[in-house]
Amino acid sequence: MTAITKKVEQKLLGLNGDEAVARAIKQCNVDFVAAFPITPQTIIVERFSEYVANGEVDTAFVCVESEHSALSACVGAAAVGARAFTATASQGLALMHEIVYIASSLRLPIVMAIVNRALSGPINIHCDHHDSMAERDACWIQFYCEDAQEAYDTTIQAFRIAEHPDILLPVMYMMDAFLISHTMQNVWVLPDEVVKEFVGYRKIPEVEIPFYGKVPFAMRPNVPLTLGPLDLFDYYYEHKMQQQAAMERAPDIIKKVHDEYAEISGRRYGDGMIVPYKVEDADIVLMCIGSTAGTARVAADLARQEGVKVGVLRIRSYRPFPAHQVRELLKGVKVVGVLDRCGPYGAIGGPLYVETCATLYHAKERPLLVDFIYGLGGRDMSVQDLRGIIAELVDVMRTESPEPTLRFRGVRE
Amino acid sequence: MSAWTPNPKELAKTPSLLTPGHRLCPGCAASVIGRLVLYACPGPILIAHATGCFEVATTIFPYTCWRTSWIHNAFENAAATVSGMVEAWKVLQKRGAVPSERVYFLVFGGDGGTYDIGIQALSGAFERGHDFLYVLYDNEAYMNTGIQRSGGTPKGAWTTTTPAGRVIPGKPQWKKPIADIAVAHRIPYVATASPAYWMDLMRKARKGFEVEGPAFIHAISPCPRGWRYPPEKTIEVARLAVDTCFFPLWEYENGEWRLTDRSLAIAKNPDLKKPVIEYLKIQGRFRHLLKPENKHIVDAMQQTVDAIWEDLLKRCGLA
Amino acid sequence: MSELKGWKEIPIAGIPFKPGTEYKTGSWRTFKPVLDDSKCVRCLLCFVYCPEGCITWNETENRVVIDYDFCKGCGICAAECPRQAIEMVLEAA
Repeated sequence: MTAITKKVEQKLLGLNGDEAVARAIKQCNVDFVAAFPITPQTIIVERFSEYVANGEVDTAFVCVESEHSALSACVGAAAVGARAFTATASQGLALMHEIVYIASSLRLPIVMAIVNRALSGPINIHCDHHDSMAERDACWIQFYCEDAQEAYDTTIQAFRIAEHPDILLPVMYMMDAFLISHTMQNVWVLPDEVVKEFVGYRKIPEVEIPFYGKVPFAMRPNVPLTLGPLDLFDYYYEHKMQQQAAMERAPDIIKKVHDEYAEISGRRYGDGMIVPYKVEDADIVLMCIGSTAGTARVAADLARQEGVKVGVLRIRSYRPFPAHQVRELLKGVKVVGVLDRCGPYGAIGGPLYVETCATLYHAKERPLLVDFIYGLGGRDMSVQDLRGIIAELVDVMRTESPEPTLRFRGVRE
Repeated sequence: MSAWTPNPKELAKTPSLLTPGHRLCPGCAASVIGRLVLYACPGPILIAHATGCFEVATTIFPYTCWRTSWIHNAFENAAATVSGMVEAWKVLQKRGAVPSERVYFLVFGGDGGTYDIGIQALSGAFERGHDFLYVLYDNEAYMNTGIQRSGGTPKGAWTTTTPAGRVIPGKPQWKKPIADIAVAHRIPYVATASPAYWMDLMRKARKGFEVEGPAFIHAISPCPRGWRYPPEKTIEVARLAVDTCFFPLWEYENGEWRLTDRSLAIAKNPDLKKPVIEYLKIQGRFRHLLKPENKHIVDAMQQTVDAIWEDLLKRCGLA
Repeated sequence: MSELKGWKEIPIAGIPFKPGTEYKTGSWRTFKPVLDDSKCVRCLLCFVYCPEGCITWNETENRVVIDYDFCKGCGICAAECPRQAIEMVLEAA
């Protein structure tokens, strides 16, 4: 986060990531929340229930009987024109999987917080990114947050992005289990009225039904708005192309909303999609997503004290992927260590590595790339581990050989 | 029984919210049930539909047969979808984004989407008490995928996954008591219905719309393709289901059970009760049961039908 | 299907852009219901039981009308008519 001059007075509160999200949801004029508890997301819905029970929000709060129903109910709520939110993790997201695709295909701007937790089995409640990575092709905009502050800020930005008439795609934003969700942090909180003004109420764009006329893009009695028809080989592809076009429009909107939000909050996360740290002059760059970025910055600074020019590149927007920025920022970099908190299982590397390889394939100058799988099931990634990784990357730079390109960090033999 | 007496001549003046041009098979009862339910609605209506024949055949892109807003989410989640619609609508009304007049929320689901894959979402929605009417059109198998057995398939029936084999002659298990399961949630209104007894069906649908909270109507929906009978016999089959007490007509309202229409008449005059074989013999899906070696199955079915009927009479205070 | 549209020409979210009534299911028919108006008692059971919604009531002319654009010829109307006023007739080839 980069501090700029703050336009409004903010309160500094001690909040963990879950509480920060609940706090933001309370301020965002959310019409509908459906929730089902799952560790480590539970605090979000617990805190939000308190707001509901104390009459602090006007939101319809429905405690459903599963995550599948949570997202299904959000689809119903968003389809009638409500601003809808839910939150889940791990198995919950896996259970939702079917509806994740349906929500984006129905172009419903649902916002969902994900606390990244390993997928069973064996069952585990700690952090890795398998859960949300499994949804990366679902045509949701995906943000990975670094800390509780960013989770708070991203919540507020998410509604503006999702509901933008040029986008109309759902947004899921991630925070690392326990490392963010349960870790108390100083969080700057905007005044309620400032957030409410920033997000407004959900505006319903119009859609043209040729045989009927222009209607609000929301279910209304006696209006023949049909959502979710049988769509075969003659038109399914065209509808998917519309989703792709919306995703292609997303970078500009993400950056614009991020800039507007920075105006009032004084906080920036790079350009809103990618967050570079000391990359300009770096020989070695650590590329990562989520909370590991903070640890990586410390390791980079320590390396720089020893004369090794290390930078950190954090991907904030995984979908759409900031490929253009990655290519630009990595110009002149000799070696990139990609940190994947997700297994490769038969691929050439973890998802971030594969994405980065593909991104750089057409670049004129390409750095050497090594993938480090780490932190599965909540295995810790310390500054010391990262210093070890940097040492290996120094070797790669010296020998000009990235082999093996797939390395597993922190696992016992 | 409600005083409301629907008059076909009056109904026929307004076009149904379900238009012609749908691709359901000729003689399908689902659209008969659907049209009668829609005509029974006292006001503006929004619809959620579980995956199934009725959903698919009425919305083949780029066509839609629905004159009001309608959503199909997935197979198992129509009740969850409507939960979101109902509760969000209240909030939108409160903040003036939609008119304040009452809107009726209707779900159509087949037996697969209700008995089987959708029962969790349905039970959850019942427990939470959202204000909606769920209409189960029960054609007693997965007809949309080609007649596979469901929890709603009756004992003895042939389906493509319970073939009438040499060792296992059709489905071994009895139908799941789905309407009893709805009643067990103590929701305000539950009823069974048959399109043959159309006025009874419409009155029940009207009640289901009017009560505050969840209402459930279990309508038997004969399927010419899957039940193996000619399409013109759909209403006859739907009638025999009731007349043999294979599918009795009842309602549960404010904690009280009541037989209705033909089933009430049968309770008062047991001579009207036809043997189950009358119902079985006009459907090809039960044809194998007519073989002498399978007589014991028919006898067992008659016994079960009788036992359920006796139990129902007791619940209705008529035993 | 020569008039297939491109992705920029259709509403988003898979919203259908044609009314179901543009699809004529009458072509499915093998047998055609023919109403003998002299036998018809205007009970409208045929309207009630018609799965297509293609039987309507013309109040001004006091008669039942069958819309053959949509009638699939299932024969329910003929089977259920209490006066046997509807006959199913094989469609001319």
